[in-house]
Amino acid sequence: MSKATYLRAEIVRTFRNRRFLLFSLGFPLVLFLAVGGANKDRSLSGIGFALYYMSGMVAWGSMVAIVSSGARISTERQTGWTRQLRITPLRTRTYFTAKIVCGYLLALLTIVVLYVAGLFLDVHLRVSEWATMTGLVLVGLVPFAVLGVLLGHLVKPDSLGPAVGGITSLFALLGGAWGPLGSSRVLTDAAKCLPSFWLVQSAKVVLHGPAWPPAEEWVVLAVWTLALGRLAVLVYQRDTARV
Amino acid sequence: MLSGLRKSYGPIEAVRGVDLAIAPGETVALLGPNGAGKSTTIDLMLGLARPDAGSVSLFGLAPADAVASGLVGGMLQTGSLVEHLSVRELVAVVASLYPDPLPVDEVLDTTGAAAYADQQTTKLSGGQTQRVRFALALVANPDLLVLDEPTAALDVEARRDFWATMRGVASGGKTIVFATHYLEEADAYADRVVLLVRGQVVADGPATEIKARVGGRTIRATLPSIDLAEVCTLPGVVTADRRGDAIVLSCSNSDAALRALLEDFPAARDIEVRGAGLEEAFLEFVTDGRGVPAP
Ligand SMILES: Nc1ncnc2c1ncn2[C@@H]1O[C@H](COP(=O)(O)OP(=O)(O)OP(=O)(O)O)[C@@H](O)[C@H]1O
Ligand SMILES: [Mg+2]
Repeated sequence: MSKATYLRAEIVRTFRNRRFLLFSLGFPLVLFLAVGGANKDRSLSGIGFALYYMSGMVAWGSMVAIVSSGARISTERQTGWTRQLRITPLRTRTYFTAKIVCGYLLALLTIVVLYVAGLFLDVHLRVSEWATMTGLVLVGLVPFAVLGVLLGHLVKPDSLGPAVGGITSLFALLGGAWGPLGSSRVLTDAAKCLPSFWLVQSAKVVLHGPAWPPAEEWVVLAVWTLALGRLAVLVYQRDTARV
Repeated sequence: MLSGLRKSYGPIEAVRGVDLAIAPGETVALLGPNGAGKSTTIDLMLGLARPDAGSVSLFGLAPADAVASGLVGGMLQTGSLVEHLSVRELVAVVASLYPDPLPVDEVLDTTGAAAYADQQTTKLSGGQTQRVRFALALVANPDLLVLDEPTAALDVEARRDFWATMRGVASGGKTIVFATHYLEEADAYADRVVLLVRGQVVADGPATEIKARVGGRTIRATLPSIDLAEVCTLPGVVTADRRGDAIVLSCSNSDAALRALLEDFPAARDIEVRGAGLEEAFLEFVTDGRGVPAP
């Protein structure tokens, strides 16, 4: 009962934050419409350019949405709100869960907005393909949800913009969200260790055969999630001991 | 119940061995100047900071457990409200976290926040924000209410309303601990005053007693080679201390003390009479050990 009320309030807060919504949804959408629209009739890696680019924007946009949601913890720490919450019976777990749920809702909204834009640019997929793609992307976001919470404890609000922007851009670029990495084998192999590579591939699942995703994806996602989660716990403990 | 509490921040010893046992239903003021360690003590009490030594127990529980079971509520000295919620929504969310909250509308009324209940939390004045913060502590309806300088930023009327509300809470049998700089506030609203200076409890007792010791003035005079116990018996003197050739008298009635001093000790020179700030009045206790208590 108390958890539901708290969660609802967090969701309300997320969606009342107009500027935050505008920027999270706006950037990938505008980029997709501009670049995808201009190259609509070309094809890339054997699929239509619009589909290719939509997939990249879905991966990048949802990643940014979920990382920045968690990172907003930073502001709540700065203003003393987390201290106020720590003297209420609210469980730490509920606090983090609510942040992650909000991140997922925002990511989902980003994805849906891009799908709708995709329909306008003649992206046609079967319902099962839309569904698989969405499901795999949501799973691929797990390590990034944890990364957001971690950044929320590591970074001060004044450097949040560059930190979140820089880190997500790096992940997006190396993961191939903005286009192929080139033909360097070393680089391609290295990229396979990144969760963003698998996130981007999840968004491009229609390219792959029915045997996709390979076990490798689950291993990479699990390792990143556990490692980032461990770090987040350490940073949280340091933070609460010192305050 | 606090025992042997210590907490340092790097080289700064914020709390140096605080022992306090607070009975249920008591209203206790933590009185002390800036930097005395009031907020640090409160942080330790609420489990917001871990003590370097010593322990805290609230209703027989560790602070975190007492907080988790909703026995404790509080208002911290600093901290702004969270954005993108109205005042009413915010108070309702916090109420929902507690097992036995007060009705939200009732709390909005008693704190005077009802007038701007539908405004966004970020569009309030400093005093309005403070009232909402108070509402958040009050709505929790905890057995122990801890308030760090609750009346800072409040105007006269708001202060009066605040204390009227607190009287109601206290008469309902709740335990209240509040930090303040103001002796008058401590005197008027607390059963018991704990005076904290430089991280140590220098006095602990009924407000009237503390008031007699701190509320007065100090007389400082050069007067070598006399017995401190003798000046201590002068009318109006509470404690006497020696500082080299000088003596320092803390007085409850400095006029009477000064007349008697001049009469009985004509050798006294370089006389200064000063209103004693909290820190000044008790610096001697802290730096030199004890003063000689008046009979
Ligand atoms: N987070 C912190 N880091 C470092 N030093 C701190 C911290 N918090 C408090 N201190 C130091 O500890 C001492 C006690 O501070 P505290 O906040 O407990 O005082 P206070 O009695 O509440 O004062 P005030 O009346 O100004 O609120 C001060 O010297 C302060 O500089
Ligand atoms: Mg303080």
